[in-house]
Amino acid sequence: MARLHELLLKVARAEVNRRRSRLRLAGPELDDLAHQAAADSLMAITGKLDDFRGESRFTTWAYKFVILEVSTKIGRHFWRHPTVAMGAEDWERLPDRFGLDPAGSAEWQDLIAALRRAVDDVLSDHQRRIFVAIVIAGVPVESLALELASNRNAIYKTMFDARRKIRAELAAKGYLDTRTATGRHG
Amino acid sequence: MTGWDALDRFLDTDPEDVGCEKAMALLHIYVELVRADPETATERYAGVEAHLRACGPCGEDFEGLLFAVSAE
Repeated sequence: MARLHELLLKVARAEVNRRRSRLRLAGPELDDLAHQAAADSLMAITGKLDDFRGESRFTTWAYKFVILEVSTKIGRHFWRHPTVAMGAEDWERLPDRFGLDPAGSAEWQDLIAALRRAVDDVLSDHQRRIFVAIVIAGVPVESLALELASNRNAIYKTMFDARRKIRAELAAKGYLDTRTATGRHG
Repeated sequence: MTGWDALDRFLDTDPEDVGCEKAMALLHIYVELVRADPETATERYAGVEAHLRACGPCGEDFEGLLFAVSAE
């Protein structure tokens, strides 16, 4: 058990280090997070040993637990120390969110106006809240899941449906390729 | 890439996408297959691959597990 904990801690430290450029955490906080992830994943693994079916090496199966713990703990950290408000609606940040040049061009103004209309017209209140939080405000999914007492899978399904509905609406309005939209999504 | 191209790519959804729960349940198996035989991984787990392409958090976890296994 001590050997497994040692391995999990090593993986947790490597993982927080791999993600550190996107986190606002200093060295001791990162190490603390890695220790917590290793301890919690060890507990989870010992409670689920019967679930291991030998479909992969044991270490690969075990490492999955610690990687997911690191993800969850980073999300929890952001939730406790948010850098953006969940409901912030600065649509001018949209180009930034896609990693493209800042807004201001006529193309971006048209795109943002069309997207806002589609979001308002076709999404439910719940879908709109989640879409805006993730796409416009840039809230991490894990943090949003905590805020809404939900989980990553449910948030993803909501976003999946929202993306499909918005795309169909923009295609119907002639902004996007209708053939692609109907061909892929029926 | 134009803004419309980026938006189109972001809004595109793949019907084969298995979702977070199933992708995470299979992640350890998928990662080992990606390392051993990427083509077979793509053929056998197209739905997982589609999901990891579209879901940022799950894609990040995949990269993390792949990194951990590769570092052994």
